[in-house]
Amino acid sequence: MEAGQATAEREAGQRLPAWLAGLLPLALLGIAIGLFVGLGAPGLERNGIPVEELSVERTVLRPGEIELVVRNDGPDAVAISQVIVNDAFVAFEQTSDDIDRLGGDTIAIQYPWIEGEAYGVTLMTATGGTVDHAIDVATETPEADVGFYGLMALVGLYVGLIPVAIGMLWLPWIRRIDPRWVRFVLALTVGLLAFLGVDALLEGTEVAGTGPQALGGGSLVFLGAGIAYLGLAGVDGWLRGRGERAREGGAGPWRLALLVALGIGLHNLGEGLAIGSAYAIGSLALGASLIVGFALHNTTEGLAIVAPVAKGGAAPKASLARFAALGLLAGAPAILGTWIGASAFNPSVAALLFGFGAGAIAQVIVQIAPSLRDAAGRLLSPLVASGMVAGLLLMYVTGLLISL
Amino acid sequence: MAELTNHKISRRKLLGGAAGAAAAVPVLHELVPHQPVHDQLARAAGGGHGDHGAKAAGHGAGAHAGAAHSGGIGSIDPAVNGFDPHEILRDFDTGKVRREGGRTVREFEIVAEDREIEIAPGVKFAAWAYNGRIPGPTLRATEGDRIRIGFVNASSHPHTMHFHGIHVARMDGVPQTPPGNIEPGGSFTYEFDAEPFGLHLYHCHSVPLADHIAKGLYGAFVVDPKDGRPKADEQVMVMNGFDTNYDRENEVYAVNTVAFAYHDKPIRVKRGELVRLYLVNILEFDLLNSFHVHANFFDWYPTGTKREARDFTDTVILGQGERGIAELRFPYTGRYMFHAHVSEFADLGWMGFFEVSG
Repeated sequence: MEAGQATAEREAGQRLPAWLAGLLPLALLGIAIGLFVGLGAPGLERNGIPVEELSVERTVLRPGEIELVVRNDGPDAVAISQVIVNDAFVAFEQTSDDIDRLGGDTIAIQYPWIEGEAYGVTLMTATGGTVDHAIDVATETPEADVGFYGLMALVGLYVGLIPVAIGMLWLPWIRRIDPRWVRFVLALTVGLLAFLGVDALLEGTEVAGTGPQALGGGSLVFLGAGIAYLGLAGVDGWLRGRGERAREGGAGPWRLALLVALGIGLHNLGEGLAIGSAYAIGSLALGASLIVGFALHNTTEGLAIVAPVAKGGAAPKASLARFAALGLLAGAPAILGTWIGASAFNPSVAALLFGFGAGAIAQVIVQIAPSLRDAAGRLLSPLVASGMVAGLLLMYVTGLLISL
Repeated sequence: MAELTNHKISRRKLLGGAAGAAAAVPVLHELVPHQPVHDQLARAAGGGHGDHGAKAAGHGAGAHAGAAHSGGIGSIDPAVNGFDPHEILRDFDTGKVRREGGRTVREFEIVAEDREIEIAPGVKFAAWAYNGRIPGPTLRATEGDRIRIGFVNASSHPHTMHFHGIHVARMDGVPQTPPGNIEPGGSFTYEFDAEPFGLHLYHCHSVPLADHIAKGLYGAFVVDPKDGRPKADEQVMVMNGFDTNYDRENEVYAVNTVAFAYHDKPIRVKRGELVRLYLVNILEFDLLNSFHVHANFFDWYPTGTKREARDFTDTVILGQGERGIAELRFPYTGRYMFHAHVSEFADLGWMGFFEVSG
């Protein structure tokens, strides 16, 4: 009886083509929404008053002028009617009289600001609401010309590429040491990466907090992390497939090194972004100590890349080009990051990129983990655990040298 | 790595609960109904609300570009508010006069209402107003006159009228003594004698008091001495301010409500003519206000209750509710500034000019 009924239902269902069955609910939803909106949301009345939220995405200081790029972060349109700088109404021009939800506005304020002083800018809306924006230290925003991009590239080179390349020179040493100690170095790498991953999550969340919350805020970091983690897992699966087809013995270590380089590269992209944007708003002095700090910090990343290759001495002959490619992959994004950060910083994009870095690193750690097992198959042997702790501490200590 | 950006809520005007969201500051507003219940002052049709936003936006760079941060912020069409600070300046309401038992009685009609006022170009303030204007009408009588005020509360909140002067408790207009608050839709007739002579004020005394004053329920009350004062070009200046974001601080300062009203369009006076300024400080949230005139000195009569000037000065300080009469003559033609010498008030709207002609 029941079985017969089910069959009947199945037959009825099969009268509809599959594509139509799939589209039908969507079409109904579309009609329902159309009717609802078309009839002016029957039965519902807006309760309450317009909510005005604005978020300042970018500040540009030119002689005699302060420019703010703002985004409407709230559900309702906002009109900026007046601008107050340090308790005085000021003359200004803006690109949009009414800022729609998620819309942007560029406000050019005429103001004889003084180098090194602090300014409080208050945007006053048509309803008298205010949004405050602090300029902690006024300094002219660097013009994005060739010289500026050159300087940023140099910074990226110093803090990204060179330290990573130097760190990779530990390879010959790792190859000669006892396999037990290779495991220790790999564990150290995992510690380093874990530190970087958490760092990226925290920084991403912090940056996201300064941007428009309507675009996702902190969830952008986790979105980025999820995409990077799953994306890298896919790439890894693809590489494995190729490796098996080619019967290429020893592809494993290189695959691992590539993934580590990719993860670190994504992290360095975020790091470059942070350096670039901090420099652009004048809150970063490009002193030698900062560069040295970053260099020491990032040299450890080079070690992390080559550690998997040393495993068991099974790696094929290393071509210089291959190493160079790995180094570039891990270090060069720092240069790209400084460029983006200094010229087109956007908190939401930055949060997403930091998320990418964190997700990529998590994936890399998962990939390295099997290599940490000792002969007895133990993962967290005392040696490995102490290696991880050493990695965390190393990052912490070298991290103290850096404060943006 | 620490701070990436400098998007922090600034030192003042921190709104509750927004700290975590850094620069994204949610601002909530209680908007009053746009249509006043009682529209005593005819509002000129058209030209008002529609275009001021664009004006404010594009205006900045124009007329005041040279002066950069001294109020180059656009202008307000008086039709938007239904009153013009330049008209309020010399507008005295002496009431409907009648004789009763050998004495002069002055009858006034005052209606309290909810009303939106444009206090700076493009910035609307959800105000409460007496007779649709801020400050309310300047009521004027001679010492000893009987004052009779038919008060109607057309607002959606309870209000009163409390006069500074000498009168019986029942006429004091505080909620704590009968008749107490005049509820929405209610009315009451305040009646008392105009005394002593001087410059006084009236305001709503409902609680919370600061809010009922700050939202606009106040006005000047002039009691002339029996033998009058010398003929002069008389002007009323009610020094006020507006807390537009409800953080218990004023964002906008002014004389007679509209920021920079006399800055963008100076007050015209004649050289050598006696000018009498009735100065009332009704500012809330700030303890002190001040008045300073450029290139001139004035005789100062605190509260206007004595016939002798107490001071000959160019700057006076006034506390909340304090007022006085300033008398001066301009010996030279030209444009002379007056402003609060609390300088941050000046930059936020409390700044104007006298244009002296021959």
